[in-house]
Amino acid sequence: MQLKIEENGAVRVIYVKEERLDAHNSDEFKAELNRQFESGMKDLLIDLKEVRFIDSSGLGVLVSGFKNASARQGSLKLSELQNQVKSMFELTRLHRVFDIFQTVDDALKSY
Amino acid sequence: MKSIIDIEIVVPNQTRYLSMIGKIGENLVRELDRFKGDREELAHHLNVVLTEAVVNAIKHANAADPNKDIQIRISASDQEICIKVYDSGQGFDLTSVPDPSFETDPLDEKGRGIFIIRSLMDSVEYKKSNGGNVLEIKKKLG
Repeated sequence: MQLKIEENGAVRVIYVKEERLDAHNSDEFKAELNRQFESGMKDLLIDLKEVRFIDSSGLGVLVSGFKNASARQGSLKLSELQNQVKSMFELTRLHRVFDIFQTVDDALKSY
Repeated sequence: MKSIIDIEIVVPNQTRYLSMIGKIGENLVRELDRFKGDREELAHHLNVVLTEAVVNAIKHANAADPNKDIQIRISASDQEICIKVYDSGQGFDLTSVPDPSFETDPLDEKGRGIFIIRSLMDSVEYKKSNGGNVLEIKKKLG
C-alpha cells in the first residue's frame, strides 16, 4: 500500500496514495495507524485526495483510528474527500463524526 | 432490439480481485443505453455494492479460505440490475444486520457492508443454492 507520511509539528500527516481504500488494503492501513499511535503520535491527519473509492472496510479502519486517537486525547481528522468518498461518509452518517477539511493546510490550522 | 447483458465472473476467494470486479460493474453502466438517471452515481453504487457483496462472501461465508471460489453473476435489462454472489461456505445471518432505516451506532467498526448494500439497492436476499448460498441484490432502473 502506498502512503506518504509527513511530520508537521505534533501532527502526523498521512497521504493515502491509492485509488481505493477497501477490504484489500484496509488491514495494512490499520497496522500503519496503530504503528503511529504506538510510537507516541496522537494527532493524525489523513489526506484522501487520491482516493476515489472507499468501502465499509476502509470506513471501519478510519473509525478504529478515530476511536484510538480519542482514547489517547488526540484526534484523527480528514482532508480532501472526493465526491464519491464523501457520499459514503454521508450514507453511513460518519460525516457527523469526523472533522473533514477541504485541504491539508485548512486542517493543520485547526490544531 | 434485445438489450439484456449477462456477465458471469469466477474468482478465487481473495480480496485482490475487488477492484477488477468493481470496475466491471462501473463499465456495465456505460452500456445501459436507455438509463435516464445519473449514470456516474449508478456506476459508483454498483462498484460499492459488488465490492461489499464479494467481501461479505470472502470473509463471512467462505471463511477467508483462499482455495475456494466466488461466483458472481450480473444481469442487466432496461428495467433492472440483478447481482448474485454465490459462496460455498457456512453462510451468515442476513437478519442480524441492522436495518438502514434505524439509527445505528456510527462508531461501530463492523456491520456497514450489508447496511450499505441495502441503502443503495432495492432488495437484498440471502438464500441456499446448490449446496452453498447466494446473496441476491436487485436495483430497479427507471
